[in-house]
Amino acid sequence: MKKSNYDIVVIGGGPAGLAAALEAKRSGVKKILICERGSSLGGILEQCIHNGFGLQYFKEELTGPEYADRFIKKLEGTDIDVKLNTMVIDIFGKGRIIAVNRVEGVFEIETKAAILAMGCRERTREALTIPGDRPSGIMTAGTAQRYVNVEGYLPGKEIVILGSGDIGLIMARRLTLEGANVKGVLEIMPYSTGLIRNKVQCLDDFQIPLYLNHTVSCIHGKERLEGVTIAEVDKSLKVIPKTEKYIKCDTLLLSVGLIPENELSQKANIKLDSATKGPIVNEKRQTSIPWIFASGNVLQVHDLVDNVTEESEIAGRSAAEYINNQLIVRRKKISVTYTKSIGYVVPQFINFNDTKEKVIKFYMRVRHPDKNVNIIVKDNLGKVITYFKKDTVTPGSMLVLLVPISLLQDNLENINISITRG
Amino acid sequence: MQTDILIVGGGVIGSAIAYQLAKYNLDITIVEKESDICMGSSKANSSMIHDGYNVDGSTLKGKLVLKANSYFENLCRNLYVPYVKNLGSIFVGFGDNDLKIMKEQINNGEKNGIQGLKIVGKEKLHQMEPNLNPNARFGLYNPNTGTINPFELNRALAENAVLNGVKVLLNTEVQNVIVRDGKVKAVQTNNGLIRTKVVINAAGLYADKIAAMVEKIDFEIKPRRGQYFLYDKKWGNLVKHAIYSAPTKVSKGMIILPTTEGNLLAGSNAESINDKENFATTFDALEGIYNNMIFHLFPMLPRNGEVITTFAGLRAVATGEDFIIDYAKTVKGFINVAGIQSPGLSSSPAIAMMVEGLVRDLHYDLDFTEKGNYRVDRPKPLILRDLPYEERNELIKRNPDYGTIICRCETVSKGEIIDAIHSPIPATNIDAIKRRTRAGMGRCQSGFCGPRVLNILENELNISPLKVTKKGKESYVLAMNNKDLSLQEGRRNYEKIEL
Repeated sequence: MKKSNYDIVVIGGGPAGLAAALEAKRSGVKKILICERGSSLGGILEQCIHNGFGLQYFKEELTGPEYADRFIKKLEGTDIDVKLNTMVIDIFGKGRIIAVNRVEGVFEIETKAAILAMGCRERTREALTIPGDRPSGIMTAGTAQRYVNVEGYLPGKEIVILGSGDIGLIMARRLTLEGANVKGVLEIMPYSTGLIRNKVQCLDDFQIPLYLNHTVSCIHGKERLEGVTIAEVDKSLKVIPKTEKYIKCDTLLLSVGLIPENELSQKANIKLDSATKGPIVNEKRQTSIPWIFASGNVLQVHDLVDNVTEESEIAGRSAAEYINNQLIVRRKKISVTYTKSIGYVVPQFINFNDTKEKVIKFYMRVRHPDKNVNIIVKDNLGKVITYFKKDTVTPGSMLVLLVPISLLQDNLENINISITRG
Repeated sequence: MQTDILIVGGGVIGSAIAYQLAKYNLDITIVEKESDICMGSSKANSSMIHDGYNVDGSTLKGKLVLKANSYFENLCRNLYVPYVKNLGSIFVGFGDNDLKIMKEQINNGEKNGIQGLKIVGKEKLHQMEPNLNPNARFGLYNPNTGTINPFELNRALAENAVLNGVKVLLNTEVQNVIVRDGKVKAVQTNNGLIRTKVVINAAGLYADKIAAMVEKIDFEIKPRRGQYFLYDKKWGNLVKHAIYSAPTKVSKGMIILPTTEGNLLAGSNAESINDKENFATTFDALEGIYNNMIFHLFPMLPRNGEVITTFAGLRAVATGEDFIIDYAKTVKGFINVAGIQSPGLSSSPAIAMMVEGLVRDLHYDLDFTEKGNYRVDRPKPLILRDLPYEERNELIKRNPDYGTIICRCETVSKGEIIDAIHSPIPATNIDAIKRRTRAGMGRCQSGFCGPRVLNILENELNISPLKVTKKGKESYVLAMNNKDLSLQEGRRNYEKIEL
């Protein structure tokens, strides 16, 4: 088996991997390798041909491929190695990675640090256990996006979309532009789970109805999909009898959530957070296994690629600090906890006395939509460290809290984040 | 076209019969109406190999399952079929009534000559199944219960038969059986007439329909639907044996077990229905299975989320409940193998042997001498994820396609998918590839690999991607080229959902 050595191996060449590798390079790391299982860099951005990317990071509006291209161009000017069509199949011990491709076969890489940047996958019809037949014509919105934007084929003509996730909303518009009839979008929750701008630009502008508190309760069609039964749901998300209605369609797209892809993380025995479904990390995006870092959608599903980039730069910088022994551990490790109305917070720990970062960015999601709230950060004695006023909060929009490191005292052991009205 | 023996149906029974008869110098043809073998009852079942401890030994199905069990080990070794012989089963009891049933079952098992059955107490039970509901009080342990990969068994039997000269005609539906002078002469199919001396009716759910083509019959095949949950491999280690729940008012006792591939399979209910094509799952049945069995036995298992899929199977139940394996009453050369419901999979080798006897006893001019070049095995399917790295490297050196991973969830390479497409019974659609290679059988349910598998099918079969199907017939994955719809003339319907 072939063996090679690197300082940092980045697993995944999407937006997270690209930003992490470039930032590690900027931090002076010599030997960096990106392993990408697809045939090109850019990851999912390759199929996201709509605009809206980069408003935060580049202060301009780019398409997905354009956004990726900025990083790929930069990468071309560096000595970062890239292996395409290369799948990492195992990761273990101290710095050992096994990968496979058609040229080198199965090979081993020894590395000082690794950055996980595998992204996420879409939740399926099967995982939701929607009852009924199992015909063709049912796919996730992202798979449909690939067929339409990369392969050049329409999955169907009469389309129902379940779930108001962003990819579903984007595909509602995309398929309408291709001449298909998108008959409507159903969302089981009482609120849209995608970004507000996507609802306006992709549904409202095309007169595509969005029905909240509705779901698909049965699937019909022996060979190709022929129709779905839709129904209203009650507060516990159960179908309300007698609200069922048959809708003829040949295609059902699902946009019902994304799940971080942590098969490799599990092989490496990295501790995962049951809320994010990604690794538990400290503010450096270091996992429970010190030489392994993680960033982007493998860690937590982001709404905006701009945040993926920023987070991955933290991981890239930190992995560089780690291999150069520059991380300065705090006197006490701070654990981050939160109250029930919050879905999750990343990072879950703060471990270091930082000299480079002046603020810590907390990413979080609320469980329920609300208006005019204060998000309060307290110490273990209940003393308010800082707070943030927000006009509206919704689970579909990630919140970013910037907490200056200077506010985190040396003897702090825990910070708790909570939400109050008014 | 002409053949000696025509088998109707490429399920596990038709394939087992073909495998059994392929040893001899006979001309054998399987006709299968679907696009692949293993498309009916053989595709969706509990995947268990029963020893028959709880069957009525006086019935035909009881006799056959008891006879068949000892054949599986050799069969699976010869044909490279994943089989866990001594998985063991535990019927879990919560109340005194369960204990009564267990004692009856032990008596029955002893009557059937089964050894090793024993009742285990609470402590031992929870040692054997550490994740089981702590309220479970005792269990009936049977060390002889096994599990098999049913797709692979079906495929292996058929592939071995093909390698020994059996022809398999897919997408070929029997429309009529032609009888002259009280003897079978030919069958009419959608692909032409096939002259034959013998017809073996292993048509599963449609065995009554085929049987009725030659004479008035006194049985009917009624589908009995059972639904299942298949859990993520993450949960594969949770359950150590095949765990039965006690029979209740609503069910006959359901089962949860680790599969040969490391998933967890749980089901099923039993519901008599009329439509032989109704493989749909229903909310009520899934709720019932989850609440009454899964959650009851292993409360940590989720209702959804880490579920790979849910599915329904149809058992082909004949009037009278027993297997019907016999000659047609009024026509010579026609053999019914009907009503093969549970434990059909477990009985398949013995069913095939019994059918061989029936064919011999026709005393037709058939050559039952053994083939000189008979092959006992089949090419071993290459499953790269199971091989040591160095072995994989050798294979990748020879064929780089083995180094291109297409299905990420199950780590299936392009080479394995191409092998399946060009295997003795070619996989020509996405589900057929899934059953052979597991591509698309993982967590993302082909969300990622689906378009890639479609491309491979397009290239290997040299067809338009618009012709690629999920499971044959009209199950096309894609509708048309981009822009074709917006360029269509005339006003189309843009009706929206209105509530």
